[in-house]
Amino acid sequence: MIPPPPPPPRACDAPSFSTSRFRAEREADWLAFDRLLTRLEKKGAKGLSSDELLQLPILYRATLSSLSIARATSLDKALLAHLEALSIRGYFLIYGVRESRWNRLRRFFLTDWPAAVRSVWKETIVIALIILLGALTSYSLVSSNPEWYYNFVDEGMASGRDPRASAEYLQSTLGHGKDAGEGESGLHIFATYLFTHNSRVSILSFALGFAFGVPTMMLEFYQGIGLGAMMAVFAAKGLGGDFGGWLFIHGTTELFAAALSGAAGLRIGTAVVFPGARGRLEAAAAAGRTAGKVMIGVILMLLAAGLLEGFGRQLVTDTMLRYAIGALMLLLWLSYYYIPRRGGAA
Amino acid sequence: MTAAVNAKARAARAKKTRQFVTPEGVDLELRIAGAGLRFGALLVDLLLILAALILFSLFMLWVGIASQSDVAVVVWMLGAFVLRTFWFIGFELGSRAATPGKRLMGIRVVARDGGRLTADAVVARNLIRELELFLPLMMLGVGAAEDTVSGWTMLAGVLWSLTLSLFLLFNRDRMRMGDLIAGTWVVMAERAKLDADIAVDAAGEAMIFTDAELSVYGIFELQELERVLRHRDARAMREVADTIRAKIGRPVAEEDDVFLLSYYRQLKARLERGLLFGKRREDKYASD
Repeated sequence: MIPPPPPPPRACDAPSFSTSRFRAEREADWLAFDRLLTRLEKKGAKGLSSDELLQLPILYRATLSSLSIARATSLDKALLAHLEALSIRGYFLIYGVRESRWNRLRRFFLTDWPAAVRSVWKETIVIALIILLGALTSYSLVSSNPEWYYNFVDEGMASGRDPRASAEYLQSTLGHGKDAGEGESGLHIFATYLFTHNSRVSILSFALGFAFGVPTMMLEFYQGIGLGAMMAVFAAKGLGGDFGGWLFIHGTTELFAAALSGAAGLRIGTAVVFPGARGRLEAAAAAGRTAGKVMIGVILMLLAAGLLEGFGRQLVTDTMLRYAIGALMLLLWLSYYYIPRRGGAA
Repeated sequence: MTAAVNAKARAARAKKTRQFVTPEGVDLELRIAGAGLRFGALLVDLLLILAALILFSLFMLWVGIASQSDVAVVVWMLGAFVLRTFWFIGFELGSRAATPGKRLMGIRVVARDGGRLTADAVVARNLIRELELFLPLMMLGVGAAEDTVSGWTMLAGVLWSLTLSLFLLFNRDRMRMGDLIAGTWVVMAERAKLDADIAVDAAGEAMIFTDAELSVYGIFELQELERVLRHRDARAMREVADTIRAKIGRPVAEEDDVFLLSYYRQLKARLERGLLFGKRREDKYASD
């Protein structure tokens, strides 16, 4: 047995034990880790070779260990700050590794989106009932006394479609009359406008949810009110069926999306009021994540609704066909969301 | 008097840090980003969005005039919508979890539970932003548009919506309404460059101080001295050197930087030796 070589003679002056030597020994590791992180941030995992990827966790742990030692022994503020920052950066890159964009997208459409919508089914029913209640309220009020109409629908939105209008005029607004094809060139602009406008209303109704869900419910009730009042005006002139078709073609998608955005808001509101076994903050955070997924879906649905409203409704003028398209869309959404599927339990 | 001030500053710093233990068992001590930084980041982002929007509008205007078709209008409307809604979401989904404004301020978004920052959390926190930013403006707009709303009602509306927007001022964790709902925090993520080790400078041995001369200061003073040395501002160095000389009773004999470096190095060695023996002297008021 060869005895181990004696340790190298220590520098006699005690001060140089120290952190300077500690730093000199390890500095190369920190710099290497820094370089790898910078490249990882800029180019993603593809920017590193497999060797470098294997090195990454080793360098990360070496840096964390250096940080622990430095905290206990060093008073060099610049060094401490550098190590802290480097460790935090490393932690988030190493533990924050996510799936590829494509995988994430696929998972969102296949499971996450429908699962999130399914999980807010109670809230969806509540909001749907509220919209219906709003519609019924205004419908019965306007039917019994047309004067009510002016309280519900403001003039800009009505644009002449009020109880005083003639049946012919009302017919023309549904796209059956002589000037039906007039606005065709502006269709896509109209569709785009509707999409952006509706999206913002939905985002608002979602965002208002945290105030215990009350503003959300009011907003949805108000949507129902406008709908019912319009319905009453057209029904009084015997145009109920045509108006239904005019509304139905995009309305199934749009109202569904509106109900979902309200449901997402309500989910947050109820989580804040009734957090259950968890803390209020935790419950709100969990609800917020579900609601966030639902909201991406809502914006996509509204895009579809905008297209149907802008193009479909203006190009398809046959009432039955309108009903058919609307019903088909509804069926499509319902089956996408609610038909149970394998692995969808989460 | 100043001892209390120092202790207070330390307590304030401690209040801003949050325990954050990695799976390796190291506490990374995240520091919550202050309201000023948050506001600055928002301002930068809004300015960038505005600039992008103006450039995009000019470009689409040019396309629209050149092509004589209204497709340009559609693209413009969609583009503006996407820019406005997805600017924050898109950037925060990146590997640095920060918009350009946040990067500039050296802050980033993290999940409150220390886990991964998921896409739904980012979406939730940024859709709420829509409300926080535009509700006060909307209240103003509605109030101004309709004469029926009296000034007081409008004021109440704006105040009410401001309490939502300024929610982050009212909680310790500086959470926006959106952070609250998405389960996120915004923390400091500045990158500190590894500065040269000034303790190994050759000038460090130029003078020798006695233990009594070194025992007058603690860690706080040491790190202030480090700051002065790193900045290399001649006037500050002169002032600090004079203060120290007066305190330990040394005549003005050497260059300021030589004196300060020597003193720094020996004070650091002394205090670090103390650390090894489990003694941490926070500042000069603490007992040695």
